[in-house]
Amino acid sequence: MATVAVDPRTDYLLRLGDDALILGQRLSEWCGHGPVLEVDISLANLALDLVGQATLLLNEAAGDGDGDRLAFHRDVLDFRNCLLVEQPNGDFAQTIARHLLYTTWQHLLLQRLTESSDQFLREFAAKAVKEIAYHRELASDWTIRLGDGTEESARRMAEGLDWNWRFVPELFEVDETVELAISPGIAIEPRGLEADYRSAIDAVLKEAKLARPPDQRPILGGRRGHHSEHLGHILAAMQFLPRTYPDAKW
Amino acid sequence: MSSDWPLWEVFVRSKGGLAHRHVGSVHAPDAELALAHARDTYTRRMEGVSLWVVPSAEIVASDPEQAGELFEPAESKIYRHPTFYDIPDEVKHI
Repeated sequence: MATVAVDPRTDYLLRLGDDALILGQRLSEWCGHGPVLEVDISLANLALDLVGQATLLLNEAAGDGDGDRLAFHRDVLDFRNCLLVEQPNGDFAQTIARHLLYTTWQHLLLQRLTESSDQFLREFAAKAVKEIAYHRELASDWTIRLGDGTEESARRMAEGLDWNWRFVPELFEVDETVELAISPGIAIEPRGLEADYRSAIDAVLKEAKLARPPDQRPILGGRRGHHSEHLGHILAAMQFLPRTYPDAKW
Repeated sequence: MSSDWPLWEVFVRSKGGLAHRHVGSVHAPDAELALAHARDTYTRRMEGVSLWVVPSAEIVASDPEQAGELFEPAESKIYRHPTFYDIPDEVKHI
């Protein structure tokens, strides 16, 4: 049992907020290392969008508006992000594969969340859905170009998809906590998005001349704090400064 | 890799009614990604409402060596400037 016992709404906010925070942190690792200057700036923009979304969600989840406490002073077991967003960047193709698989799901979710019974989530979704529409578009564009590019780019894109594919089923998982958030209309029933998701991904892969990776045994657990070994390393880099210098201002 | 990609000139319209202005250039493999790169590089601080990208190779430029014959003759033609008219006070924005 994780140390943070929370109500279903707060747990749902943490799930979405931690997804955005960890994916934003992952993407920011590209800063200064992008394959070309334009792509470097582009990935940094995506990271900033996500960190901005995480700020809104975690400030709301904190109750007292102090999302920083949640971001910087929780340990691995208390994070509620899905396993997909903590996967390593790998090469550019692997990063794009992860971004395609996550933001296609996130975009479908946000479109529905604009009709949540929860006012904060409605307003959040209305803002974030535009940002993520662009993320999804960009990730699709790159998947198509790399898949339908050179022999090497197609191979790397296929490997990137293979790496990340086993973490997709977790996006559609419904556990007891999320069920409690679904029934009052706060959260979205993710299984209702799965058919649209599958056909959207298939359409991109078809244009990219790539085969859909074979379904593997799904890996679950992130939503309950059971993370891969990667998350600890992400948190070490992300939390070092505020934990070492708790009064630092910048 | 960047040097393998063609260069595109970027034009931004800062708000409705104003003309697109040249702001710089980006490398990109094709037109669609050139727009994405232009968006990410030049409009991240709400600089624009519309973007154009044009392949730099398609721009026809005047020859700097001909600058003398092209531009200097205009220097002495002060009468081409509409500065000899009184503009009524009611006319704004000129």
